[in-house]
Amino acid sequence: MATIDYSQKIPNNVDLASDKRLQRALEAWQPNYLEWWAQMGPTDFNTKDVYLRTAVSVDADGWAVFGHVKMPDYRWGIFLEPRDEKRVVGFGDHFGEPAWQQVPGEYRNWLRRLIVTQADTEPASVEQQRLLGHSAPSLYDLRNLFQVNVEEGRHLWAMVYLLHTYFGKDGREEAEELLQRRSGNPDHPRILGTFNEPCEDWLSFFCFTMFTDRDGKFQLLALAESGFDPLARTCRFMLTEEAHHMFVGQTGVGRVIQKTCEVMKAHPGKNPFEYGAIPLEVIQKYINFWASSSTDLYGAEVSSNSANFFRSGLKGRAYEDRYTDHKALEGTYAFENCVEGKLVKEDVPLRNAMNEVLRDEYVKDNEKGIVYWNKICEKAGVEFRFRLPHRRFNRKIGVYAGHRFDLDGNALDETTWNRRVGEWLPTEADRTKVKSLMVPCYKPGQFASWIAAPAKGINEQPAEFEYVKL
Amino acid sequence: MAESATLPERVVFQTHPSRYRHWNLSFQGDVATLAMNVKQFEPQREGYELKLNSYDIGVDVELADALLRLRFEHPEVRVCVITGTSDRVFCAGANIVMLRTSTHGFKVNFCRYTNETRLSIEDASANSNLRFLAALNGTASGGGYELALACDKILLVDDRNSAVSFPEVPLLGVLPGTGGLTRIADKRKIRRDRTDVFSTVAEGVKGKRAVEWNLVDRIAPLSKWDEAVAQMAKELASEVKARANRGVELDEIEAAHEGDTLRYRFVELKIDREQRTAELTLTAPDACPKTEADAHAQGAGWWYLRAFRELDDAICQLRFNEPHIGLVLLRVKGPAATWQATDALVAAATDWFVVETRHLVKRVLKRFEGSAKSLYAIADDGTTFVGTALELALGCDRIYVLNDADRPVELGVTQVHAGLYPMANGLTRLATRFLGAPECVAAVLARAGTTFDAATADELGLATVAPDSIDWDDELRLAIEERASFSPDGLTGMEQNLRFAGPETMETKIFGRLSAWQNWIFQRPNAVGERGALTCYGTPTKPEFNTLRT
Repeated sequence: MATIDYSQKIPNNVDLASDKRLQRALEAWQPNYLEWWAQMGPTDFNTKDVYLRTAVSVDADGWAVFGHVKMPDYRWGIFLEPRDEKRVVGFGDHFGEPAWQQVPGEYRNWLRRLIVTQADTEPASVEQQRLLGHSAPSLYDLRNLFQVNVEEGRHLWAMVYLLHTYFGKDGREEAEELLQRRSGNPDHPRILGTFNEPCEDWLSFFCFTMFTDRDGKFQLLALAESGFDPLARTCRFMLTEEAHHMFVGQTGVGRVIQKTCEVMKAHPGKNPFEYGAIPLEVIQKYINFWASSSTDLYGAEVSSNSANFFRSGLKGRAYEDRYTDHKALEGTYAFENCVEGKLVKEDVPLRNAMNEVLRDEYVKDNEKGIVYWNKICEKAGVEFRFRLPHRRFNRKIGVYAGHRFDLDGNALDETTWNRRVGEWLPTEADRTKVKSLMVPCYKPGQFASWIAAPAKGINEQPAEFEYVKL
Repeated sequence: MAESATLPERVVFQTHPSRYRHWNLSFQGDVATLAMNVKQFEPQREGYELKLNSYDIGVDVELADALLRLRFEHPEVRVCVITGTSDRVFCAGANIVMLRTSTHGFKVNFCRYTNETRLSIEDASANSNLRFLAALNGTASGGGYELALACDKILLVDDRNSAVSFPEVPLLGVLPGTGGLTRIADKRKIRRDRTDVFSTVAEGVKGKRAVEWNLVDRIAPLSKWDEAVAQMAKELASEVKARANRGVELDEIEAAHEGDTLRYRFVELKIDREQRTAELTLTAPDACPKTEADAHAQGAGWWYLRAFRELDDAICQLRFNEPHIGLVLLRVKGPAATWQATDALVAAATDWFVVETRHLVKRVLKRFEGSAKSLYAIADDGTTFVGTALELALGCDRIYVLNDADRPVELGVTQVHAGLYPMANGLTRLATRFLGAPECVAAVLARAGTTFDAATADELGLATVAPDSIDWDDELRLAIEERASFSPDGLTGMEQNLRFAGPETMETKIFGRLSAWQNWIFQRPNAVGERGALTCYGTPTKPEFNTLRT
């Protein structure tokens, strides 16, 4: 293998050039990563120039450098927020102790599990979205898809950097396996369920970036509090990129809604499908699906793992500094347990409810997105209002799994559920119709029939800008 | 800890496939599938939920029942596939909250019983032409993996996620005490440093490495899972011949409660709470089948099978439901001729059903002497310790024989003593008793086919003491009262040390280490103290250890 200057090829602020061990590890991993990208990434567009944002450093000038680049040549860098020498562990039993620069042996396995689980979601979403390029509603959206994809790839790099640097042989093996699991593959699926759900149309993509990437945001927020400093610093920088993904999701769904509203005004009483737009009820069903599936990602309501991770200082709460009691040893959390189908109020020790605490923040954040979408309806003079399904709705993980609830969280029997599920979740017919609208629209400045133009371009570019040179 | 822990509710040991809550038993030709499907909200007692296919005594009683029914009711089966119905998790092992909230005694009995169930899997493989395949469709941790280790082969799903693991030491501060450590070392013969690494990584080992380390035999991807299970089942089936086409249905064992007495058909268990003793009496019937064809024709009603199933139930009752009883006084009654005729046909058995019954009797004898109770055989007037009954006496810590011509007792030797009923150590009870004196074994065996009186029994070394009528009552009273005055823990430890003289086997190691190490750890503050690992597990609190090594 030819010698590659990885410190050049991989923009970084971790002094890669001087770390021989790490260089060796990455040398071995990088070809496999590129092969994975070639197989599982947005393959058919690898030779095209895409207007991408690349991070070349973590400061204000460096983290958003725009230019046309071919995706395989994207410089997947390794960036950590600058180190704060005085940083201390902000929560748990080690509260107030200096943050760890090395992995504490005691917590090695837990920490590795946390990092692997987070890392696994990054390539998974690229895999889920790999065919969407063929049906993009515009060059603007195509570019956003690819931006999301390369950044998920970079996030994988960031996690692999941690595995390689701090977890020895085990870490290298885990890094390999991150490239071997495949989204939706029956034999070696991605670790978390949602990341095995097919994401075959653009409405799903926007919902995914809205709801599933928002889970990512909160996981990163919780990990950004970690007492293991390299993890915290990595996650903080990842958060700046994650924000764009949610922007894509929130405005994406918003533009679909806007287009439907326009069609509804122009053709009152008609089915928007007839005019190439997606009925608001169908959009709501997609929201119901992706919001509920992503709500599962926080895990069980009462969890020994979450208590362990919190007390050991590995995974905190989002915005930990907003809390006053950082040990969380005393408090309890009231939640509604589901015992044999019946809801029972229960108090559990706060530390054991950290998954639920994080899920609360997530639900709150989702509500803001709903408000944003309803404003579009309101402005258009359309009466329809969107809603977030209750967190008990359609769950596959936790105490509500295996039971049926409606959008308001009321328990249902199986018969009622089966009768009404088509009102709440996309039916085969809905999906077929939505998919039938997914025809590519590659002319600069033009948009498919079912989606409105964005309010403004990327990096202030004009509407006709050629984001992807096909 | 023990004082504040929840007292066990009465455990019931009889069940039937139609009443299983936690297992699905199904059959396809010569393959049985036993799929673990633990009902989360149906624990044996209140206070915990059986999450992630974790198990408690209720789950294990059903497993033991299923294994017994495979042997008697399904001789056509050659392979039993043990698998799970839940996604991604095969079995998470014994339920931690259940352990934490159980009395010490219950924990020990739970572990002992589950060990006996695991050993019965290996016993069926060795003696009943039944092979076991653990088809781990998801992660098997702790007791879940220990269950797999009791099987002949282990197949693990390769989904890049599912692992086998022993999280006991790293997470709970206790041991994989259901034979796990013994089996990875002695049965699967895994290298010591690897067993050490494996037993300290909570998340376990998966995929290719699990095969490389011999923790499992094969891995298979999800898409080829059913094929791989079928293939391995087929391979295992080819190792053995089906025993027969038609099984013998096992009827229900029932006991009438009359005050403190449990009355079965052939067995009676009479509790004396004040004295903390139990009188366990087995009475053989006057008439019995003389040929194995007749015995087979009687099926579950055959007295020998029925009596030992009842005895088995009574022993379990004593262990779990009578924790205050320290001493068992065993008597066997009924005509010597019944024991002689039955032993003769059992010793010469070729009929699969009779052979199967013999193995059941063997296991019940082991369960009897594996109990944490003092065991006295009381050979007083009207008792008949002949053949298999004498084996029961030899399983006791002491044998009191009344030596009085006016109040005759009958003891006797049959064909069963020479090797039909090995103990956990692999030796006969006679060989274990006379470990340094094989001539004594020979002298007893030379009496095969005969019965004899107390004096002869004493001469042959079968009586611990043989007092006459004048001394008998007092001698017995003293022996009982003295026993009651000793520390129950001291007695349990002493008895377990003395009962299994001679060589070690995997079985003796498992029970020995369970009583020595696991039971010690289960009592230590590092596990069960306020900040012990078992206490803290699943709570917001981190365990704190006393770091002194012993």
